[in-house]
Amino acid sequence: MSAPPALDAQSLLARDARWRPAEIVAWLAVFAATAALPQYSLLINDIAILALFALSLDLVLGYAGVVSLGHAAFFGLGSYAAALFAKHVNPDPLLGLAVAAALCAAFGALCSLTIVRGSDLTRLMVTLGVGLILFELANKFDDITGGADGLQGVVMGPLFGALAFDLMGRTAVFYSVATLALLFFVVRRVVHSPFGWSLKAVRDNRLRSGAIGLSVAARLAAVYTLAAAIAGVAGALLAQTTGFASLDVLDFHRSADVLLALVLGGAGWLYGGLIGALAFKLMHDLLSAITPQYWTFWIGLILVVLMLVGRDRLFKPWTWFGPKGEARQ
Amino acid sequence: MLTLLFDGVAYGMLLFVLAVGLAVTLGLMNFINLAHGAFAMGGGYVLVLLMQRLGWPYLVCLPAAFVVMALAGAVLERSVYRPMYSKPHLDQVLFSIGLTFMAVAAVDYFMGSSQQNVHLPEWLRQRWEFGSGAWLLGVGAYRLFIIVVCVLLTLALQAALTRTRFGSRLRAAVDDPRVAAGLGIPVNRVFLLTFAAGSGLAGLGGALGAEVLGLDPGFPLKFMVYFLIVVAVGGTSSITGPLCASLLLGIADVMGKYYVPKLGAFIVYTLMIALLLWRPQGLFAREGGK
Repeated sequence: MSAPPALDAQSLLARDARWRPAEIVAWLAVFAATAALPQYSLLINDIAILALFALSLDLVLGYAGVVSLGHAAFFGLGSYAAALFAKHVNPDPLLGLAVAAALCAAFGALCSLTIVRGSDLTRLMVTLGVGLILFELANKFDDITGGADGLQGVVMGPLFGALAFDLMGRTAVFYSVATLALLFFVVRRVVHSPFGWSLKAVRDNRLRSGAIGLSVAARLAAVYTLAAAIAGVAGALLAQTTGFASLDVLDFHRSADVLLALVLGGAGWLYGGLIGALAFKLMHDLLSAITPQYWTFWIGLILVVLMLVGRDRLFKPWTWFGPKGEARQ
Repeated sequence: MLTLLFDGVAYGMLLFVLAVGLAVTLGLMNFINLAHGAFAMGGGYVLVLLMQRLGWPYLVCLPAAFVVMALAGAVLERSVYRPMYSKPHLDQVLFSIGLTFMAVAAVDYFMGSSQQNVHLPEWLRQRWEFGSGAWLLGVGAYRLFIIVVCVLLTLALQAALTRTRFGSRLRAAVDDPRVAAGLGIPVNRVFLLTFAAGSGLAGLGGALGAEVLGLDPGFPLKFMVYFLIVVAVGGTSSITGPLCASLLLGIADVMGKYYVPKLGAFIVYTLMIALLLWRPQGLFAREGGK
């Protein structure tokens, strides 16, 4: 905000979209860590997948302002799509990724019809309901999905026809991190476009953004479709790198976990999903090492305290004991 | 056929008692409380503990479950819930999910993760049959007891809401908390009492339904959706709406599970989404309400 003269929309957008040195350094660090820590390949793979999932939720929640409790629906759909495609049609990973993304985009476009109307509660219920329906379907049609036992025997072909997936997860982790980086660049481009701005307008005030001529329903549908495709890719990555898909990918816990990860890092800020995923996975690892069965208690406690303190004040300890910042409304 | 209908009604009445507190919370403070099921679970465990460890009779344990959960509700409302009222819905959702996770893990820790058996007294285990063939009506004493208790509770609630001074204050506060506060109604205290009563009712419902619904640490997550369906479909402006919604849901669920066991829950969820798309404000919302 220090340079007031250029105030036309184009230069403002261009200024926001410019890559900052810190961002470039951060991404280089991500790749360096992936290369330098082979013993943590599986963990880094998990983090990258959760980060991609959280990035997708960030589009819906942070940029479009839709509270979703059923985002695992798309994650699970992509996961099963990729696993089934690899098992029955073609074991090529990139093709499987594309199929999962396309399927989830189509399903997301269909579901977007359900989130354009109603209040927060209605949308919450509808997204939750869609997630539960998919869970029930996957559970009932166990001849296709393997039901509670999971879908086993998924063997992936080598990446680009040359790089085989190894047991150590070296190929898998680079595959996931590279996909995350690529999709992050796409999403970053999208939110710094005029379309991204219009999303924020819709989030902040639907009525007014409708009044200045934005088609609220169309924007929501577009972003929901995109987010569904990305969540599907995240799910597909999980199925491909673990060679396994089970009902767990559609579970309510997964929707809640990704929401927590995103909120930990901060919504409406692309890096929030990545930082949140990192924090959440490390915390999960630490807590389940201490109390394997009861770690959800501590996750719950963290959520409660975080919400009581206030999401935006978590990283500003000096505001904790001062007068409450309620004046900001 | 009639037996199924009867069981469905019993199930629906139970859901109503469980969810009515949530309807008032949502209507009054616009607060999305996903932890409501935790109170119901608490009530169930109070019943189990009192009956099995202390040997209290069943009929004493039911009110005890109400009282304990009402007190717990009041304490929690005053200490942690109240600061959350002014926060955005996302915060409320995460906050109450966190509470639910804590309740689930805590119960798992103290009581074990297996399902609890409730030993019903002898007089509740009888069963009568009327009619024959397709019109056979089998009446279990336990389900009849549930229906009787729930009908009495519903009548009492309706009377309390429409006939008493507290009821009219509550309705005023639901309609417009700011104006109600301006008229000198202590909205905070009204809400504290209502929250406590709602939690108590959930506890009572959980205790009453422990045998039908099954009681294990996963209870709050399993039934969260059902409570929310009752509230979202029934609306929050009266108690008739949630009542109709819970009867509908109870009958649909029992019938669905009997006739198409593979797709029972699927039908309920699909029905809910269809209803919400058709009437986003709920089936029985008042015109011109909030």
